[in-house]
Amino acid sequence: MSEPSYDHAVDRSHMQVSDEIAIQISQMNKWYGQFHVLRDINLTVHRGERIVIAGPSGSGKSTMIRCINRLEEHQSGKIIVDGIELTSDLKNIDKVRSEVGMVFQHFNLFPHLTILENLTLAPIWVRKVPRREAEETAMYYLEKVKIPEQAQKYPGQLSGGQQQRVAIARSLCMKPKIMLFDEPTSALDPEMIKEVLDTMIQLAEEGMTMLCVTHEMGFAQAVANRVIFMADGQIVEQNNPHDFFHNPQSERTKQFLSQILGH
Amino acid sequence: MSETSFVRTEMLAPKPAPVSQVGAIKWMRENLFSGPLNTALTILGVLATVWLVQAAAPWLLHGVWNANSLSECRAIIAAAHGPEATGACWAVIRVRWNQFLFGFYPVDQYWRLFVTFAGLFLALAPVLFDALPRKLLWGALLYPLVAFWLLWGGPIWGPVAVLAGFVILGLLFTALAPKLGVPVSAGVGLVAAALFWLYAAAPIEAALQSALPFALSEVDSDQFGGFLLALVIGVSAIVLSLPLGILLALGRQSDMLIVKSLSVGVIEFVRGVPLITLLFTASLLLQYFLPPGTSFDLILRVVILVTLFAAAYIAEVIRGGLAALPRGQYEAADALGLDYWQAQRLIIMPQALKISIPGIVSSFIGLFKDTTLVAFVGLFDPLKGISNVVRSDMAWKGTYWEPYIFVAVIFFLFNFSMSRYSMYLERKLKRDHR
Repeated sequence: MSEPSYDHAVDRSHMQVSDEIAIQISQMNKWYGQFHVLRDINLTVHRGERIVIAGPSGSGKSTMIRCINRLEEHQSGKIIVDGIELTSDLKNIDKVRSEVGMVFQHFNLFPHLTILENLTLAPIWVRKVPRREAEETAMYYLEKVKIPEQAQKYPGQLSGGQQQRVAIARSLCMKPKIMLFDEPTSALDPEMIKEVLDTMIQLAEEGMTMLCVTHEMGFAQAVANRVIFMADGQIVEQNNPHDFFHNPQSERTKQFLSQILGH
Repeated sequence: MSETSFVRTEMLAPKPAPVSQVGAIKWMRENLFSGPLNTALTILGVLATVWLVQAAAPWLLHGVWNANSLSECRAIIAAAHGPEATGACWAVIRVRWNQFLFGFYPVDQYWRLFVTFAGLFLALAPVLFDALPRKLLWGALLYPLVAFWLLWGGPIWGPVAVLAGFVILGLLFTALAPKLGVPVSAGVGLVAAALFWLYAAAPIEAALQSALPFALSEVDSDQFGGFLLALVIGVSAIVLSLPLGILLALGRQSDMLIVKSLSVGVIEFVRGVPLITLLFTASLLLQYFLPPGTSFDLILRVVILVTLFAAAYIAEVIRGGLAALPRGQYEAADALGLDYWQAQRLIIMPQALKISIPGIVSSFIGLFKDTTLVAFVGLFDPLKGISNVVRSDMAWKGTYWEPYIFVAVIFFLFNFSMSRYSMYLERKLKRDHR
């Protein structure tokens, strides 16, 4: 198995899973027309957990995390995020969305705004933070993702890795309690993947509750406390990373691991 | 010594490029004479240009500015260039320019038009150029009422009452929007303002006028004409059709059935009928639908229908811009917790409108030229209406080219400026520095 090399050993001192429940999904089902994409999903995420969701493409892993901030609607079952149940009530949806950060495969920065404006927009308009304060927070997070010098540029002037780090900083500016990552490194050149993963590891080290859809198994081993394997719209197996990778139980998981790990 | 090893002992100095590869000669070779077909086309083009200049130049060069009738023009040209010579009779423009520009507006009130026109530039400047202080935008918002009062005259309290209605709308909206959301509070504000205009405005206006009489002499809509009319209709419809077009485009994408079907219905109906149909509706039919006794100014009716017409086209242009935005932009806005109107205003519209600039400005230019169609409902547009009026004077009977050229040049100046401005705006908003 290929082991990733990171600049530093991952510091697990702040990665503590509390008893408090961050996300509770019970008996959740979703259909696209007649196609049953998510089947009886049950998942409880505690505060401080770092969960990696893996699985073949089309297995419903992106759809599942997109249900958590209601970018996708579920048709039956319950999703409770930070104590708020997701229903068609728009007020609740906006409330959940402002507490849950999301990072997309294709970054989705706003190309007509500068990096700084991308970061301050939601705090100013959703949280009603004064502009000065929002800019200070934005600069703090830009320092954190190590690109403060790009603040006045536009997204089109940045590399893919830099754009994705800006996207992470943009989410963090809303001071979210939970972060969702939807294949954050899949659209990046290999040499840029590491800079984004380093940022995510840093976030994990600070105790952020994270759900990551990713194919970066090295990241899963280094950071995750739980790996979930999905196939055909259902959760097939979940375990701690060590047992998941070294002692997979189901045939689907074994097959998947042998394919992506390659040797 | 090995074949693959080489060391330069002397560096080469730069040499000038061959003469045939630089400057005008290179340009001509590449663009005019690059092959037999291009060479033939170039020669044909030169011949056509020469012929056109030969045909038009004498007419333009023999132009007469000082004369009091077409026959006087002809006599002067014949005396100067021989009996067979042709020439333009620009004198018609010199004598009747004021009608081309202002229609039948009372001459002693022309100052009002100059003030209004100068004000138009002052009001547009902060809208068009964001380097100017943003506070000037408040002046731009007041301008329509000031312009209305200056152009049509009457007591100043009319526009003031209209303004008061808007203030009521604005105050209610800002007070209620955080609690009730944008659509509901806008609706409440509109209803309150409409009630104020219907029932409270007239008595307040009358009371104020009797207490503080302050009025300009009234000018009737019949007296408007020429470019004054074209600009009043064109500028009002341009300013009103953009927001209406945006709302129609959003309505068409809405999930709400009634909003969606209404928007689609309006867009498809208005685009499906000729503008002249709508103008006839404005001049004839609209009166039947209004309560008896209400008289609705013809120019106002025309402005409303021209606005509707342009808005339908602009809505479709903006829909194209919206379709060009990746879904990720909507998702990112949603994921950050922005509500629908915030997402539209801050994320979606700035990008969709930028993409749509060329199409929107094309619609505006088309709209401005279409203002000449008001000739069909008896208004005096500069092209047909005023030209006919001028030619009905025996002194100028037979002047065709000169008025048309004059009107065309002025239209061209306005439209060309719009086109240039849109290109400036596109360059300024360009964000993909690749």
